[in-house]
Amino acid sequence: MKLFPIRGGIHPDYRKEQTSEKAIVDLPMPSTLYIPLQQHIGAPAEVLVSEGDLVKKGQMIARNQGAVSASQHAPTSGRIRTVTEVTAPHPSGLPQSTIVLESDGKDEWAELLAPIADPFAADMHTINDRVAQSGIVGMGGAAFPSAIKLNLGEQKKLDTLLLNGAECEPYLTCDDRVMREFPEEIIDGARIMAHALGTARIVIGIEQNKPQAIENMTKAASAFAEIEVVGVPVQYPMGSERHLVQAITGLETPARKLTADLGIVVHNVSTARAVHHAVRFGRPLVSRVVTVSGNAIREPKNIMTPIGARIADLIEFCGGFASRPESVVNGGPMMGQPLASLEAPVVKGTSGILALTAEEINDNPTTPCIRCSSCVTICPCGLSPVDMAAHIRKDKLELAAKLGVMDCFSCGSCSFICPSHIPLVHYFNYAKGVLNDLERERNKNERVKTLAEARNIRLEKAAEAKRAALAARKTPSATTSAGNENEAKTTATTEEKVNA
Amino acid sequence: MWIAIGSLTTMGLVLGGLLGLAARFLAVQENPLEEELKEMLPGSQCGQCGYVGCSQYAAALAKGEASVTLCTPGGKATIEALAKKLGVTADLSEHEEKGPEHAFIVEDLCIGCTRCIRECSTDAIMGANKLMHTIIVDVCHGCGKCVKVCPTDAILMVPVPVTLRNWHWPKPQIEQTHSEPKVGHAH
Repeated sequence: MKLFPIRGGIHPDYRKEQTSEKAIVDLPMPSTLYIPLQQHIGAPAEVLVSEGDLVKKGQMIARNQGAVSASQHAPTSGRIRTVTEVTAPHPSGLPQSTIVLESDGKDEWAELLAPIADPFAADMHTINDRVAQSGIVGMGGAAFPSAIKLNLGEQKKLDTLLLNGAECEPYLTCDDRVMREFPEEIIDGARIMAHALGTARIVIGIEQNKPQAIENMTKAASAFAEIEVVGVPVQYPMGSERHLVQAITGLETPARKLTADLGIVVHNVSTARAVHHAVRFGRPLVSRVVTVSGNAIREPKNIMTPIGARIADLIEFCGGFASRPESVVNGGPMMGQPLASLEAPVVKGTSGILALTAEEINDNPTTPCIRCSSCVTICPCGLSPVDMAAHIRKDKLELAAKLGVMDCFSCGSCSFICPSHIPLVHYFNYAKGVLNDLERERNKNERVKTLAEARNIRLEKAAEAKRAALAARKTPSATTSAGNENEAKTTATTEEKVNA
Repeated sequence: MWIAIGSLTTMGLVLGGLLGLAARFLAVQENPLEEELKEMLPGSQCGQCGYVGCSQYAAALAKGEASVTLCTPGGKATIEALAKKLGVTADLSEHEEKGPEHAFIVEDLCIGCTRCIRECSTDAIMGANKLMHTIIVDVCHGCGKCVKVCPTDAILMVPVPVTLRNWHWPKPQIEQTHSEPKVGHAH
């Protein structure tokens, strides 16, 4: 298959060998699990259980609400201890509403939804409903509810389902391992998704530094003519959906548009596996593979983890810290975020936990920009990081927005390449945060305006009605019928007066 | 006949054109700035700026009689937008940046008098006579009018909490590693 070049990008030291040969192992069930109501983009799920309830594995404990949301299921059987605020796996360390589940050690499955006997005969709604009921979200990291993405076939003309197995972030090997160990499940899930989307073609993009995964996936896909497994060049950020689409089709997704506008829907390989489980066995998404790596970890591993296990549980299972970690990162080293607390739980979008030593982190002091333009050359979005950062430094955020800071997806290539160690991507994250704040404030002011106007209209109407009633009462009436006539007349005249 | 039709048509076109031009160039100038400024204000008529309502404040701004920093509910975003429109630099030193706030009713103190409900310009207070009231936080824009009318001081203004939804990274503080330029003395 002919591939197309993508703009810019970098070639960091991949350091995947720490875990790439480590087969997936199950985490011993922790005694307590913490299941946040919000593990996805959109609205938090609505709690269905209360303190003391006994639940079985796979039982729905929080239901999706609103247009964009995902439900949560019990990752094991046990008793609900409480629903409370628990530290989120987030750099701020802020708390979020979380269901605390005490495991009973039996790990008993609840009565699950019946498998869909022949998914290729079922209509798209049956499959999408099942995906929604199973709480499946994109497992590459963004955690967007998958059922909504599978509905795109209704609104747009689609031709290709692109499965993302690029896994371009250094250290991470969870998708690699899933592709090596469960290729048939991924292929089956992908075929079901393609059926729901109505796409004839399936392309699976895997970076060439995973030859074993490419081999196993090709073997599993060989029976199906519509599936093509493609080895894509090793180039960060190949795993970004827009860039993977460009590498495969040569088409660039316009700013503020979706890849679906080009007829392509991208899903992660692990998401396809979750769809397979939901459709074929009725099993909701209650566990995922997490890579625990970094030089500060004693025994790096790929761990099949129930959702809600504390990050500290995973690190303990890996033998704890070999040395003091300088930073513990949630996700990959490029786009991942530092964790404020190890007490935070693993969620559906957690792909890796990295404990990095000081040598693995670039914390060199920032020196002045030498205007080498390396950041401009490597920016995969074609932006000009040096100019945007200069504006942001002077708090001229609108100028930065004009240069396209909102189109930056924080891949971190510019910070990586900068010889002066300027924290470029930090500037952009800050600017995007402030610009989003201002946008929210503007939206709120708009809403306040509509509400205030609506109230004024209501008050005016009420005052008018009062005047009319008053005028009607003042008019003397001989008989009831005459009175009624008079009242009607007076009301009319009063109204006319008011209108005039 | 053709001459008559032709001359009348020409006259019609010329006079029509003149009228059109007159309407365009001799139009009474309303101050469009006032209208634009009014659009930028929240429009809740809270009166915290010291004027009766948003239109009056907009009029004063257009005349250059008022400072751009008076709108409390609009916050920093509104101040900056107004300053940009008027081409002035906003003096934020006078503006006390408290961050967004919303009203909060201390339920133990509320006597259910409905005075705050009547005062609220965005219908952000729920309640009825002799029943406890509460604030719909999503709709409250923090004008503080309800605080003034409450007979039992049951309403407080509290900062909008930082949550996972509105948290963002702070501005990076980079160390200034380059040394101060040395001023050479000429001898």
